[in-house]
Amino acid sequence: MDYLDALEAHSIYILREAYNRLGKLGMLWSIGKDSTVMLWLAKKAFFGHCPFPLVHVDTTFKIPSMISYRDKTAAELGLDLIVHVNREAIEAGLGPESGRLKCCAALKTEALQQVVRLHAFEGLIVGVRRDEEGSRSKERVFSERNAHDEWDYAHQAPEFWDQFKTEFPKGHHIRVHPLLQWTEIDIWRYIGREKIPVIDLYFSRDGERYRSLGCLPCTGRIQSSAATVEEIIAELEHTTVSERAGRAQDREDAYAMQKLRKAGYM
Amino acid sequence: MGARERFLKLVLVGHVDHGKSSVIGRLLYDTGSLPQGAVDKVRRIAVETGKRFEFAYLLDAFEEEQKQGITIDTTRLRFHTAKRGYVIIDAPGHKEFLKNMISGAADADAAFLVVDAARGVEEQSRRHASMLSLLGIRQVCVIANKMDLVDYAEDAYLKVKEDMEAFLETLGLRSGACIPLSALEGVNVLGGSDKLPWYGGRSLIETLDALPGAPDFEQSVLRLPVQDVYKFDTRRIIAGRLESGLLRVGDLVAVYPGGRRTRVASMPLWPDEGKTEAVAGESIGITVADEFFNRRGEVIGHASDPPPVTRVFRASLFWMGKRPLIRGRDYKLKIATQAVPVRVRDILRVVDAARIDAVSAGAAHTGAVHAGAAHIGAVHAGAARPETGVNDAAGVEMNDVAEVIIAAREPLALDLFSVCRATGRFVLVDGYDVAGGGIVTGIESEADGFCFFVRGEMKVSCDLFEEYFYSLDEQAVNKRSARAAVYAVGNLIPLKGESFSYPEFFDIVSLPDDAAIRIRSGRVAEILPLAAYGYEGLPLVNGRGFALRVRSSEDWRRCLGDYSPNAGEDADFAAKWLDFSAYRSIPFTKGNWEI
Ligand SMILES: Nc1nc2c(ncn2[C@@H]2O[C@H](COP(=O)(O)OP(=O)(O)OP(=O)(O)O)[C@@H](O)[C@H]2O)c(=O)[nH]1
Repeated sequence: MDYLDALEAHSIYILREAYNRLGKLGMLWSIGKDSTVMLWLAKKAFFGHCPFPLVHVDTTFKIPSMISYRDKTAAELGLDLIVHVNREAIEAGLGPESGRLKCCAALKTEALQQVVRLHAFEGLIVGVRRDEEGSRSKERVFSERNAHDEWDYAHQAPEFWDQFKTEFPKGHHIRVHPLLQWTEIDIWRYIGREKIPVIDLYFSRDGERYRSLGCLPCTGRIQSSAATVEEIIAELEHTTVSERAGRAQDREDAYAMQKLRKAGYM
Repeated sequence: MGARERFLKLVLVGHVDHGKSSVIGRLLYDTGSLPQGAVDKVRRIAVETGKRFEFAYLLDAFEEEQKQGITIDTTRLRFHTAKRGYVIIDAPGHKEFLKNMISGAADADAAFLVVDAARGVEEQSRRHASMLSLLGIRQVCVIANKMDLVDYAEDAYLKVKEDMEAFLETLGLRSGACIPLSALEGVNVLGGSDKLPWYGGRSLIETLDALPGAPDFEQSVLRLPVQDVYKFDTRRIIAGRLESGLLRVGDLVAVYPGGRRTRVASMPLWPDEGKTEAVAGESIGITVADEFFNRRGEVIGHASDPPPVTRVFRASLFWMGKRPLIRGRDYKLKIATQAVPVRVRDILRVVDAARIDAVSAGAAHTGAVHAGAAHIGAVHAGAARPETGVNDAAGVEMNDVAEVIIAAREPLALDLFSVCRATGRFVLVDGYDVAGGGIVTGIESEADGFCFFVRGEMKVSCDLFEEYFYSLDEQAVNKRSARAAVYAVGNLIPLKGESFSYPEFFDIVSLPDDAAIRIRSGRVAEILPLAAYGYEGLPLVNGRGFALRVRSSEDWRRCLGDYSPNAGEDADFAAKWLDFSAYRSIPFTKGNWEI
């Protein structure tokens, strides 16, 4: 087994644990590369099936082609897709002009809380990786959220030998992180190896590409000529710029992401 | 490094503030492994918080960690040298965060114990070393950090090296290297330094690169714990991760604990097909020829190499629970994919993992006959708090290590940790929390229901550990036999039960069996025929745990004289020589969960 095989085997193990040990499950699907790999791993874990619905938290400010790609893919693969929008917030006029953190809190964190309640999910599978940013680097594979969806990051449960947190009070839920150990370059190497289709926003056009996908107003493109998976891998092998450099939330203050995530952000 | 090679996982452990995060930060910085902006961000934080630039902030991402200057939770980062890739794991050193340290360290291939050269070996240095040994991490190196604070003096380095090596030895661990270092000044991280003219060894990076590569997954016995059984379509697929061994389509296998046999019919795979063979580490699915009922928790193996099936086993464990581990209380045990209710039947020995050191371990037993090098897991005969005699403990406190006997409600298929790691280690869940972890060190036979002391051909039965109680329901005195067990020289015996409590040093004389057993420090020190036995002035008990009223060699001679093999320990003999209540009592009870 090489290291990608080892990562794959571990992620499959995690997905199967979640499916066996937790009640109702949903998998966050953001259309991006990580979600796409996660869906692929789920189909491997369950032999061509995906035995839980995918959840897209739509802020209505996403890059438009993400939405068309989402609907096309969902139809092609026959996915059970739940799209959720925090309508009240949108109607109250919330948007990027309200301030980035406020906007994220309402359209992502709050929207996520709503969809967890609405479907009574006990497990939410989320494709975050440790290498994305500081507070994610401290995450557990099975990470408990209390009845208010809060992350008690200062008192995380021990987790070792792949014995995960599967005992918790009713009303709490578990964020399951099958990709926690992967890095950005692993994701691309795996996409290349498995030939997994991904949205074309990642590939260079006019000397620029998206490295990370999010909301249109808050996500920037990077200078890049990488137009194929192989070229992206080559680019990442040499870059020292962090993946989320194009993402605005992380720049607000040094601990912005930690605060967002404590309140339930993915 | 090739994209195919697996990463070597390294963990840095040690006492709080000795510089683990700083060493890692410095390593990443000096090897150019940090993304642009990371260092700038740390500079900004230093300015914002008015503190000096700390390499540790590169890892201590939480606001609380940076403001308090300590690591709260573990994290891991990738980094590369010219030779290969590493996953480097930072673990907190504060005692309060031991559970996080364990979460980080548990799957490391090698560990570096960071010791502040100015302060020397401290409580958590030792505790962490004990945990490494229990986690099964065999490759350990020592880093003597903050050499700048001791002016790079060799004797400060030697003190750390000698103290730590002596302690590691008591755990059965050997230090691979001891590296003098200054994370602050970046000395001896990449290459040698003229500040350390007396040091001829490798730098930190050179030491990393000299470690053996990531070990292969276990290749020995076949173990496939059943994780789930799927029926998404017409196929009935048994899913699981092959933890050890090799499995092929067509193999004859058996499913434990039941032991029913069947044949592997296929290995389904998506999107490809045609898989015929799986190796350890793979998450696979199989279909089998006989469609009998399978469920999560069963373990598939080859009938030629079956996992032991038992309800009772011996273990070394560490406890992280907020409330202590209590003998007799219900816990959930998770071992591989099995989860069953268990109780801790006996707490054989409790060790305060931070207080053991070579000196007190040796000093506690000078003069006493010692069981010698027999140690089980990481726990030593001489290692208990000698002053309190903890082997009569009814509980195990947070952060302590103990040797215990665990009894499960249902039979389990498991392994000695030394045979198969994945099926030989477990966690204990108390309520909602994973509160302890441990490794299987012995299988206790429960087949014949007897206890024996065994040495070679000699087999001495005993009822020392039977429990007596007065049942309030039945209004009668009852006995509950001990779980079956075999004790050899070097083994610990349960000194304390619900209705008995033996001293740490005593002799058992079994007149019917014509044998004597010397117990020293709670361990079997000697098993010998009566003819070879001499009275040494220690308390004597018979095979049932009743004290013999023997105070002198003269008493002992007369006692032997009164015993007749034909009559056995009859009423006259008993009335004259036996004292029931010296070490035994008859507590009240209402029905009990029988194990
Ligand atoms: N003088 C000197 N100070 C150092 C050195 N390495 C670390 N320090 C300082 O020691 C303090 C603790 O360092 P950390 O790296 O946070 O220690 P740690 O072991 O990771 O601490 P915990 O993770 O909280 O247990 C910081 O103030 C560092 O600047 C060194 O080589 N020399």
